[in-house]
Amino acid sequence: MALVVKAFFSMKFSEQFENRFVRMLAHYPTKRSVLVPTLLYAQDETGYLSPEVIHEIAERLELTDLEVENVISYYSMLTKTPRGKYNVQVCTNIACLVRGGEELLDHCKHKLGIRNKGTTADGMFSLEEVECIGACSWAPAVQVNYDFHENLTTERMDEVLDEYRAKN
Amino acid sequence: MPDVNITVDGKKVTAPTGTLLIEACKTAGIEVPSFCYYPNLSLQGACRMCLVRVEKMPKLQTACTTVITEGMVVATDNDEIHQARKSMVELLLGNHPLDCPVCDAGGECELQDMTFSYGAAESKFIDIKNHREEQQWSPVVYFDRPRCILCYRCVRVCGEGMDVWALGVQNRGVSSIIAPNLEDHLNCEECGMCIDICPVGALTSGAYRYKTRPWEMNHVGTTCTHCGDGCKTTLGVRRSDTGMEIVRGDNRDKSGINGDFLCIKGRYAFDFANHEDRLTQPLIRKNGRLTPSTWEEAFQLIGKKFAEVRDKDGGEAIGVIGSTRTTNEENYLLQKFARVVLRTNNIDHHRTADFPAFAAVLSGKPESTATMRDVFNAPAILLIGNNPTDQHPLLAWQIRNNVRLHGARLYVVNSEPIKLRRQATIFSQIPEGAEARVAAFLGGDDSVLDALVTANSNRESWTGLRETLRGERNLVIIFGSEIRGDAVSVLMKFGGAIGAKFVCLGDYANSRGAADMGLYPDLLPGYQAVAQSGKFHEGWGDIPNAPGLNLPAMLERAKAGKLKALHVVGANPVGRLGLNPGDFSQTFVVVQDMFLTETAAIADVVLPAANAYEKSGTFTNTCGDLQIIKKAGEVTSVKSDFEMIVRIADAAGFDVSKLVPFSRGSRADMGQSRGAQSGEADQHRVWLEANGLEPKMSPFDPMAILDEIQRLVPGYDVSRINLLAGNDQHTSLSNSGRGAAHDANLIVPANNDLFSSGTLGRYSRTLNSVLENHHKNPAEAEVAAD
Amino acid sequence: MASLVSHPDEVKVVSKRFGMGATNIDRYCELDGYTALQKALEMQPDAIINEVKNSGLRGRGGAGFNTGLKWSFVPKQSAKPKYILCNGDESEPGTCKDRLIFEHDPHAVIEGVVIAGLAVGAHAGYIYVRGEYRYLLEIMQKAIDGAYARGFVGKNVLGSGYNFDVYWHGGAGAYEVGEESALMESLEGKRGIPRIRPPFPAVVGLWGGPTVINNVETLASVPHIINGGAEWFAKLGTPKNGGTRLFCLSGHLNRPGVYELPMGYNLKKMIYDVGGGIPNGRKLKAVVPGGSSCPLLTADEIDLPMDFDSLAKAGSMLGSGGLVAVDDTTCMVKFALRIMKFYRHESCGWCIPCREGTDWLEKTLKRFHSGGGIEKDIDNIQYLSENMLGRTFCPLGDAAALPTISIVKKFRKEFEDHLEGRPCPFEEHLVSV
Ligand SMILES: Cc1cc2nc3c(=O)[nH]c(=O)nc-3n(C[C@H](O)[C@H](O)[C@H](O)COP(=O)(O)O)c2cc1C
Ligand code: SF4
Ligand code: FES
Repeated sequence: MALVVKAFFSMKFSEQFENRFVRMLAHYPTKRSVLVPTLLYAQDETGYLSPEVIHEIAERLELTDLEVENVISYYSMLTKTPRGKYNVQVCTNIACLVRGGEELLDHCKHKLGIRNKGTTADGMFSLEEVECIGACSWAPAVQVNYDFHENLTTERMDEVLDEYRAKN
Repeated sequence: MPDVNITVDGKKVTAPTGTLLIEACKTAGIEVPSFCYYPNLSLQGACRMCLVRVEKMPKLQTACTTVITEGMVVATDNDEIHQARKSMVELLLGNHPLDCPVCDAGGECELQDMTFSYGAAESKFIDIKNHREEQQWSPVVYFDRPRCILCYRCVRVCGEGMDVWALGVQNRGVSSIIAPNLEDHLNCEECGMCIDICPVGALTSGAYRYKTRPWEMNHVGTTCTHCGDGCKTTLGVRRSDTGMEIVRGDNRDKSGINGDFLCIKGRYAFDFANHEDRLTQPLIRKNGRLTPSTWEEAFQLIGKKFAEVRDKDGGEAIGVIGSTRTTNEENYLLQKFARVVLRTNNIDHHRTADFPAFAAVLSGKPESTATMRDVFNAPAILLIGNNPTDQHPLLAWQIRNNVRLHGARLYVVNSEPIKLRRQATIFSQIPEGAEARVAAFLGGDDSVLDALVTANSNRESWTGLRETLRGERNLVIIFGSEIRGDAVSVLMKFGGAIGAKFVCLGDYANSRGAADMGLYPDLLPGYQAVAQSGKFHEGWGDIPNAPGLNLPAMLERAKAGKLKALHVVGANPVGRLGLNPGDFSQTFVVVQDMFLTETAAIADVVLPAANAYEKSGTFTNTCGDLQIIKKAGEVTSVKSDFEMIVRIADAAGFDVSKLVPFSRGSRADMGQSRGAQSGEADQHRVWLEANGLEPKMSPFDPMAILDEIQRLVPGYDVSRINLLAGNDQHTSLSNSGRGAAHDANLIVPANNDLFSSGTLGRYSRTLNSVLENHHKNPAEAEVAAD
Repeated sequence: MASLVSHPDEVKVVSKRFGMGATNIDRYCELDGYTALQKALEMQPDAIINEVKNSGLRGRGGAGFNTGLKWSFVPKQSAKPKYILCNGDESEPGTCKDRLIFEHDPHAVIEGVVIAGLAVGAHAGYIYVRGEYRYLLEIMQKAIDGAYARGFVGKNVLGSGYNFDVYWHGGAGAYEVGEESALMESLEGKRGIPRIRPPFPAVVGLWGGPTVINNVETLASVPHIINGGAEWFAKLGTPKNGGTRLFCLSGHLNRPGVYELPMGYNLKKMIYDVGGGIPNGRKLKAVVPGGSSCPLLTADEIDLPMDFDSLAKAGSMLGSGGLVAVDDTTCMVKFALRIMKFYRHESCGWCIPCREGTDWLEKTLKRFHSGGGIEKDIDNIQYLSENMLGRTFCPLGDAAALPTISIVKKFRKEFEDHLEGRPCPFEEHLVSV
């Protein structure tokens, strides 16, 4: 059972994470204030928030695991399940919608052979329809992990995906 | 606090500064509807049911979050408001399953009531409702998600009220969901407060679900039988083949000392009453085996045998062990029976606190025992020893919520880092067994100081604590059984000097009552020495005036073959105190109990007894609050201990009218067999008497003895009408006897925790399944949530 | 990274350093950077507040409250520390300006935060940036480090004896967190559930201390006001609507982009002139004037000045400055559905009307758009939206209801065209649901 694992497992994060964590703690009057960014930084390193990561962060911030889960489940960027190496986030909100956001999403579905929130079998890509990402004037826009790709067409989208695939 | 004047629906309303509008309306008799608002829990403003129109405000305002201000003009009901509320109900019903006919809450559902009130019955919603399967979170807690209306009451009562924080809110928007702390199950104190507080049928009780419809039950308000705190509980009973079956325990009646609170035992652990091992026939040992017999045969045998031993070997050859779970009336009757009928002072019980030492200090002083209600209101509390969260759940609730709601200062001294330290202003951890030294130190003895120093507390912190305490006015000092013997008087002297009030913690439901009623070899009711039978003498005639044997001494005598008879009523000394059954081989043992306990197993006669939920009488909780217990359940084939004692006396040839002062010649049925209505009959009786009408009372009516208790036991002369009306009445120890020094080793704590309740608990399926579940899922180290 | 545009009508104040390398602190200082701070350090706090008040600067986050007035609500004396909280959660559909400010002129935000701190007597400021804008982290961190190194923030700011710390704080994806009280909850490490008000943040805010919360653009405007003076700033705009605004033009336009135009600039002109008009010779159908929360305007309602008061008079809102133009190929039922899908996804779930209302409305609109609509639904959509309005725990409920009500009212015919199994008449242009 997960509980037993928790007791013996100690998480390892990168030095950068640890430095940032310590620095952030000094920025706020309460420990838990670092929770949201810390979870995102942790997820950047571990891919998703596993029970072990949750427990580790909860302990560090003197919170219950439940409390941390409550927070995780609130924020759409935080996830408890693994995603692909490249998370392709297609905005279909109004500004993108009227400039072909949904076509882009459909295109990605076909191209990658996965559904919304799916992950390719090789674990390379996952796909997510997202809400406005703040690129309305450069619509339609897509974010792959944290990188913005704007003024896209389906052709341009193919190139973007190919670039990521080649990166690997 | 100065008052604020407002106008609500044209009515002038005055309420103290800081009052919430919703509460101010309530005082004016105007009910503003709400789901999320719950008194004494944090404000949410989430359900929007309480919207009202406040003049000069552009939008409708939530009455639950609005603090009244001078001159405020409010409308709580007009078309606009009605429409707002109606639409809230409609919106809720959009996703709410309409499975009311099979829902446990059907008939007791706030959403049903609101739908009724606001006429939101027409369904505009034609799309598919969001659905999720029901989940079982623990043996006693089920969650039906689609029924949840997200009022967050459960989350708050668990966190704020219980300091358990086992429930959270996950996801957001319409996917928001109440979630338990371990993925899909709960790890918590299983108090069930979440279920009681749920306005709909989202949280249901494993013990009750799908058992019956609310309107098929009778509801009996009585007192819990599990610990020394004495919560008021409402038992739902329904007819069954064998009488009346208890199907639900809850807390509808919030007027009790426990307000909203009940712990797992009060809420679910009534089920021992229906356990299949329950004894239903008297048993007599024949040829070495306990064999079913008739009541008549059993009483005749016992009466004859007791009289024989008394007449041949004298009362000293008989021992009586009373109970911490029988009523005051039964305990009083039992010791009177021992002294007057059996002519022995060999009477004792399982002692879990040093009440005689406590009474000795208080005797002759102005009243200074704290009530359970005081613990919720005191500005400061000192707690030495004990772990109330486990052993006194209500007391812990009172302390916790006093700190939370009134900002009380809590000082905790304990050898363990008990959970209440989280509410403590100062927590001092001491070495194990050092509680008496703390008392000495507080009393001014600095020589013990070094022995108190631990990693968490140095000399300065101790002297600091003592100074702080000395500065506290209206302190309530609560101490566990770790403080006994001389330490009691030392500690109380310290407290007395600063005008403190006290609570001495005893473990079982009527431990305090057993002590008050004189289940001691050397003490009569009210802690008066046996040699000074005074007032009792008049009513009882001569009684033996030398102290009798305490429990260990009776055991010694039994071993020596000189204890010829032993009468055990509602106690299990063999099981609970670890006595050797073989030691009673030469003793005629009579046991009155519900189950074939370790003690009953060695008896010569076993009489099947009713429990506290099946009879009437009174209990005194550990604070000295006297409360009524009322008959709820009924198993027709058992008898109350009261009746059995009277019958034995009768069979021994004693004139029972000298034992129970019932009126001569009348044998009116005063309700002992009338199920849930019995309490009313008892009240009727008192009413008659109070009005000078001819009392008709049976010798089995405990109210007759209550008369005598009120007359003869110091401190018990409380208002009878209030008592019978179900209000707690505080008894006083100011006029009690001076008690006597006792061997402190006679005190054996029950060591019950949240999920155990002595012998009773072993027969509760609920408690056992919860225990099993907790073994499977051990709790993680507790962490404070902020 | 996002490309910049320009138009002759632009009046560049907040955007004056865009594309000029001002992320570099030396370059920023060359371009008048931190001169306002020096000036402000010489001023009395009340004088700063008055200057901002008189400039007519109104919140650029959406509600358009007078900024100086908001600052004046902060109590002078406070037992708890006071804070400045810069709202960079920018998630209102149609809005993408704060991102540009961070990207091109991060020091202006920092400078604005410090000046706000001076004005109300705070000693710490937090800049909350939505989690998706991760690439800004490096830019912001470098800017903050630079400001510390040069003594513009930190202990003894520019030798004045005044201490002020600035921190960056990242979100993790939640529109509601842009609401000021939810923002504070989020910063405190909690779920982004709004708080009960009163008390307002200016009195009880972050960790219980009085807190000024302002949008990025609002705070970035402040140094310019201090330098240029209240009168100059006020005159850039219309009465009570001082200064300029970054208008985010998007949708069916030939030249979408973020343009800085004076307050009160004509909307029609903005669309046809600045934005280059509607592509492919199509006709304008509707305009979202200030982000998805605002009631839509039809093509013949757009001849009006873009300022807070004029839009309010026209029954809409200036909001966050996100203008989305849609042409006549757009299905308004679909448009309403997409907006509702957003609010359903972003509702925090705290209160009944918003949580249940957005779900119900999305379901109905979805069914309706795919041909399953019945006559009664149209009134139902209206009924539900109207019953959410003004009754939710925070303005998100209004934000969901307002555009919906306006669409049903102004484009009822399009709803009727979808009735009884009829396929969406616009479907060829919008492929999937
Ligand atoms: C649902 C909701 C989302 C909001 N999102 C943002 C946001 O992303 N950025 C922002 O500056 N203000 C946002 N606001 C407005 C803020 O609550 C607040 O009014 C603003 O930050 C104050 O700054 P200002 O006076 O400078 O505009 C939002 C409000 C609501 C109700
Ligand atoms: S606290 Fe004690 S009296 Fe109250 S419900 Fe629990 S066991 Fe019964
Ligand atoms: S009772 Fe006021 S909002 Fe729920």
